Amino acid sequence: MVKLVLRNKEYEVKPGMTLLSALQKISIVPESVIATRDGEMILDDEILKDGDVIKLIAVISGG
Amino acid sequence: MKCRKCGQKASVNMRQHKLALCKEHYLEWVPEQTERFIKKYEMFRRDEKILVAVSGGKDSLALWDILNHLGYQVDGLYLGLGIDGGINYSHESQRLTEKFANERDLRLHIVDIEKEYGEPIPVLSEISHRGHGKPCAVCGLAKRHEMNRIARDLGYDVLATGHNLDDEAAVLFGNTLSWSSEYLLRQGPVLPASDGLARKVKPLCRFYEREMTAYSLARGIEYIYEECPFAEGSQSIYYKELLNQLETTRPGAKLTFYLRFLEARNRGDLFIENNLERAHLHSCPRCGQPTSTDDLCSFCRMIEKVNSMPAS
Repeated sequence: MVKLVLRNKEYEVKPGMTLLSALQKISIVPESVIATRDGEMILDDEILKDGDVIKLIAVISGG
Repeated sequence: MKCRKCGQKASVNMRQHKLALCKEHYLEWVPEQTERFIKKYEMFRRDEKILVAVSGGKDSLALWDILNHLGYQVDGLYLGLGIDGGINYSHESQRLTEKFANERDLRLHIVDIEKEYGEPIPVLSEISHRGHGKPCAVCGLAKRHEMNRIARDLGYDVLATGHNLDDEAAVLFGNTLSWSSEYLLRQGPVLPASDGLARKVKPLCRFYEREMTAYSLARGIEYIYEECPFAEGSQSIYYKELLNQLETTRPGAKLTFYLRFLEARNRGDLFIENNLERAHLHSCPRCGQPTSTDDLCSFCRMIEKVNSMPAS
């Protein structure tokens, strides 16, 4: 499985889909996050592999 | 996806520009574009002293990093607001700002609101009864006041803030929803100096928030990730989320919204109803209803066209 982590929430998706598909599956707006894997930024077309841990960094700030 | 410049694997994809870049070329591109916007909007010159308002967040630290990298004379100003919220917010944001400045040997001015005025922002808000239970109104008031005071007292030519495109679009959206003409006519990349007010500029106003996050990550800038504890439920964050949903299906929508607004504002196209020439109307020769066309009204023209078609 692939784990996606946004702040203190964890999500799991099946491997083999793109990052974009994974974000859509867990209802996260792609424009609102930057995804990293092992500290490197990855793009929407990246295929997620079994065992991947994707850290999602929220970009919205302010108030 | 490949980098447009070198063909290596891309790290940042900017759909609004149809441009993907690798980390190395992205870190070149951002300062180049910033310099382009500084010149385009005539924000400041090389011989001018710039004060950047830094909060410890990704945008203001990125701005300071970029301007320093571009060789401008730029110092920082941090305002200690005294906000804890259970996460030691102000203390941590100050620590990260000081670390950033020390690592780069940059001058940082620190103003502690409590030391200066006797109470931290949350208490000032309570005492003054401004802001309906949240200190945001008082916080904004204090920040604007202190940023201007320090810029003026220490002889800086211009005050720069890290407002990005998402900030600008959210403000524009809110002001458009309420048709706040006074605010709409003032919004832009540069607020000129006037009567004791320093010139204020937003060099990052055309970069998406996502791009600035990518820049800070790529540069290894350590910034405060947690939001201000009082930001939860804020209107601006809600508007940003709405605009991001729009952007997901309409890449470039946020940028177009902001840039077309600036163009319309500069042309004088906003709020000019009084200056519009009323269309000249006359009666349609067939039906007698008012029309702006020289001949038949649109409806009669359509009926005539249908009637003139061969019977099927």
